[in-house]
Amino acid sequence: MTRLIVNGAEYTAEPSGAESLLTTLRDRLGLPGSKNACEQGECGSCSVVLDGDLVCSCLVMTADADGSEITTVEGLAPAGGLHPVQEALLAEHAVQCGYCTPGFVVAAAHLFDTNPSPSPDDLKEALSGNICRCTGYGAILRALTALAGEAP
Amino acid sequence: MDITRPTDLAGVLDALDHDPSATLLAGGTDLMVEVTYGWRRPESVVALRRVAELATWEGAFIGAGVTWARIEHGPVRGLAQAARTVGSPQIRNAGTIGGNLGTASPAGDGLPFLAAVDASVVLASKGGRRTLRWDQFITGPKQNALQPGELIVGVQLPEHLPHRQEFAKVGARNAMVISIASACLVRDPGGATRIALGSVGPIPIRARRAEEMISAERHPSAAAIEEFGRLVAGEVSPITDHRSTESYRRHAAGVLARRLLERCL
Repeated sequence: MTRLIVNGAEYTAEPSGAESLLTTLRDRLGLPGSKNACEQGECGSCSVVLDGDLVCSCLVMTADADGSEITTVEGLAPAGGLHPVQEALLAEHAVQCGYCTPGFVVAAAHLFDTNPSPSPDDLKEALSGNICRCTGYGAILRALTALAGEAP
Repeated sequence: MDITRPTDLAGVLDALDHDPSATLLAGGTDLMVEVTYGWRRPESVVALRRVAELATWEGAFIGAGVTWARIEHGPVRGLAQAARTVGSPQIRNAGTIGGNLGTASPAGDGLPFLAAVDASVVLASKGGRRTLRWDQFITGPKQNALQPGELIVGVQLPEHLPHRQEFAKVGARNAMVISIASACLVRDPGGATRIALGSVGPIPIRARRAEEMISAERHPSAAAIEEFGRLVAGEVSPITDHRSTESYRRHAAGVLARRLLERCL
């Protein structure tokens, strides 16, 4: 039995063998926001924050995350609202097929948590582990650059 | 699957003594790909993430559990430059220098630096410790001298590192890329120079004839720099695979060598 604290709530899960945190989140805990695309850490679609660090949940063994605090895309916005990163992406229409969007949202939200006014280079670096195969990077960067400009 | 999650080194060594064939799990960036794709099905795992001793970095000793994210912002220039090219922020937050050695991929980004400075790998088992130089530890592509029941504790760098250190890598894009060729060059003010290259041989390659030639040049001329690149390109032994060709890798090795040398002058 593995105990996980996801988005502030405590869960217990019984992972099958060495199953990934991504599989556990999606298939056992009913949290499908983290997307499954490459399953080898290359695309960033499954990004979550694990004990304060941005990681790919497909590369985390659930059994090794026992006792960890995890934030997924579902845990970012207040009830009924949107996270400022989500608002910014919406305002710039920075979503095409949308499959990569949760990963970008988690990575960007984590960046703004640690650096409220990132430079364009900071943004590119922080998002370098997230791939958008629609190649919608321009709109994503415009949206987040605008958000960075709003920081006090 | 059994998993033990020790919180100290003694606990790890006990677990390995009890089950020497247990799979070691650090950042998971290599292991979990093999698990998810069904290439490996560990029956017993010893998880290392909670072991404080492995995350220590004291002077010239870097614990095996130190992540690339820490190394990227650390004081060792050549290694920090290499760390900056490892995967992505997500990968650098998880992957460790010990994992780079454990996997011993020819493309391991941290390995050319360790080879260039002649670093050693510190291993421990219940029976004691031993230290192997990098080229005694890395024995082939994805092969190393780690024995069942043994653990990589960390990397011992020389107390005095060369004054100038530069790393660079060639890949298909800037971020999130496995290297086509990589190199680390270190040089002392007196001219003593060492260069190690990755992804151009079964293990990191030291271009020793080229090192000898350029170390004698206190203020190398343009012709000497050119000759250095030519020698390095002649000393690597790349293959053609899905990532690049033998001839391109050899060319890239020479270009990297010249560029890194110029940056160190």
